[in-house]
Amino acid sequence: MAIWNEAKECMSRDQMCVLQGERLKKQVKYVYHNVEYYRKKMQNVGLEPGDINGLEDLTKLPFTTKDDLRDTYPFGLFAAPQSEIVRIHASSGTTGKATVVGYTRRDIDIWAECVARALTQCGIGKNDIVQVAYGYGLFTGGLGAHYGVENVGATVVPMSTGNTKKLITMMNDFGATGIMCTPSYLLHIAETLYETGEINNIKLKAAVCGAEPWTEKMRQQIEEKLHVNCFDIYGLSEIMGPGVACDCIEHKGLHVQEDHFLPEIVAKETLQPVPDGELGELVFTTLTKEGIPLIRYRTKDLTSIDRTPCACGRTTARIARFKGRSDDMLVLRGVNVFPSQIEAALLEMDGILPHYMIIVDRVNNLDTIEVQVEVEERFFSDEIKELEKLTKRIEGVIKTAIGLAVKVKLVEPKTLERAEGKSVHVIDKRVFD
Amino acid sequence: MFIKQVSVFLENSAGRLQSALKVLKNENINIVSLSLADTNDYGMLRMIVSDAARAKDALKAAGLSAHLTDVLAIKLPHTVGSLEHVLSEVADAGINVEYMYALSTKDENACIVIKPENAEACAKALEDKKFDFVTNEEVENF
Ligand SMILES: [Zn+2]
Repeated sequence: MAIWNEAKECMSRDQMCVLQGERLKKQVKYVYHNVEYYRKKMQNVGLEPGDINGLEDLTKLPFTTKDDLRDTYPFGLFAAPQSEIVRIHASSGTTGKATVVGYTRRDIDIWAECVARALTQCGIGKNDIVQVAYGYGLFTGGLGAHYGVENVGATVVPMSTGNTKKLITMMNDFGATGIMCTPSYLLHIAETLYETGEINNIKLKAAVCGAEPWTEKMRQQIEEKLHVNCFDIYGLSEIMGPGVACDCIEHKGLHVQEDHFLPEIVAKETLQPVPDGELGELVFTTLTKEGIPLIRYRTKDLTSIDRTPCACGRTTARIARFKGRSDDMLVLRGVNVFPSQIEAALLEMDGILPHYMIIVDRVNNLDTIEVQVEVEERFFSDEIKELEKLTKRIEGVIKTAIGLAVKVKLVEPKTLERAEGKSVHVIDKRVFD
Repeated sequence: MFIKQVSVFLENSAGRLQSALKVLKNENINIVSLSLADTNDYGMLRMIVSDAARAKDALKAAGLSAHLTDVLAIKLPHTVGSLEHVLSEVADAGINVEYMYALSTKDENACIVIKPENAEACAKALEDKKFDFVTNEEVENF
C-alpha cells in the first residue's frame, strides 16, 4: 500500500527525535508568549522557554488536563487571535460546560494532512468514493474525516449520522468503496445489509472506524461480514480530532502522526514516564498547533507504545488498542459521557439526588444505556400513569444533559448497591477485551 | 366513606409478589381484595386488607415500598348493568377513573373499588345518587 508522506512517516528514529525536539522548543516558546494561562503555569514552577531545549526537557513541563480547558472556557487557552481562527469545535464536558477548541487555517491543513496519511494507510486514494457517517457539527468526527477524504483526492459523501436507509441506498447506487463511522454503527449497517440481501451488491473495500472503544474481535467481525479491510482511527478534539493515530494493514498498533503530536506514556499513579511496551496513560504535546496548542495533555486513555519499525514500512511510533480509561468517562455511541453529567441532571430535577445506577450494555452492536432510579417516598404514586410520567421526565432531563436517549427504569427503594464511601454508579457490561 | 388501600411498588422479578404476601401472612392480615397492575419493568400491587395501617408498617419494615391510598368501595346489586350505572354517574359528574377492581364480600351485594381522579367530588356525586359505600369497619370484619 502507498504511503502519503514518506519523508515524515518513514524517517529514522534519530531524525524524528531531532525534528520533535526542535518543534517542541518552538511550540513551548510560542505558548509561553501567547497564552497567559500557560505562562503563569510555567512561571509557577520556575520555567522559562529557554529551559526547554529538546525532548530530554519534556518532563520538566507541567501537565494539562480537561480542567484547564474548563477553567479557561471558552478561549483562554487559544494562542492565536480570533482573526486567525477559522473554525471552532466543541465537545461536552463533565459539568455541562463544553470543551472548546479553535483551529487556524494551518491547523486545518495539518489535520487534513494527518487524515490523508491515515486514509492512504487504509488503502484509500483518489479512485475511491468514501461515505463519512460520523456526525457533522461541533463534534470533530464528521468534518475532520471529510477534509481528509477530500485531501487524499477521493470522493467524499457527507452522510453524517441518522439515516441508515439512505446510507445503504447511496452505498449501493454510488458504488462506495470506503466508509468512515463508529464500529458499532458499521456492524449495525452490516446487519441491515444482510437482512435486505444487499450485502452482495456493495463494493466496499475499506472501513475506517473510531470514536468509541471497541475490540479486535469487533474489527475482525466487520472484516468478515463486509469483506473489507477495517482500520482503527484515533483522535481527540483537544489535540485535533480523528487522525492523531491510525492503524495500518499490519494491525499491530496505531501509527501516531509523531511529527505533529508528541506522545508519552506515563504511569497512572506517579505520572512518571514508563518504558515502551508498558501500560500507562497516553499524554500528548502538540508540536505544530497554532489555534490551541496543548502541552503534555493527559488524554486519560490507557495504552502502551511501540517505537520499533513496522512491517508496513513506517517508522512512526505505534500505540496499542486502548485498554480503558483512567477516569470514569464512558464513550456511548461515540459520545463522551461522564456519569457526573447524569448525576447533575437527576439532582437538578428536585434538588434531591435519588439513588441511581447507570447500566451500559451493547445489544446488537449498539450501546444501550439504562438508568435505574429508586422510587423513593417523594416519587411514589399508586397510579401507573404518574409513574410513567416520572419515567418520561427523568428520561427527558438526562437526554438534555448528555444528548443521548436513555431508558429509565424505576426500581424499588433501597435495592441499588450502596458501596462504602464512593458509591458505584456505573455498571458497564460491554466487553473490550 | 373512603377506605384505605395498601399500594405496593414491586419490581418485576421472581418472588417479589410472594415476599409481599408472606409479610401479610406472618402478620395474620387477611387480604379482602387484590389487583396487580404491571408494566414491563415493575408492578403495582393494590390490596384491601383487614388492617391497612398495620399491613403498611409491616411491609415497610420488610423493606417494601408500601403506601396507603384512599379509594371508594361502592356496593352494587348482583344485576346486569349495575356497574355500568355507577360508571355512567361518575362520567356524568365529569370525573375520570384512574383504576378499578372488584371486591368480594360475603353478603348478597357485589362491590367495586374505584380510584377516581377527584375523590371528594366523586364521593359526593355518588352519595347524591344514593349509592352505598363499604366502610373501613366493614372491611375489618370481612
Ligand atoms: Zn504499520
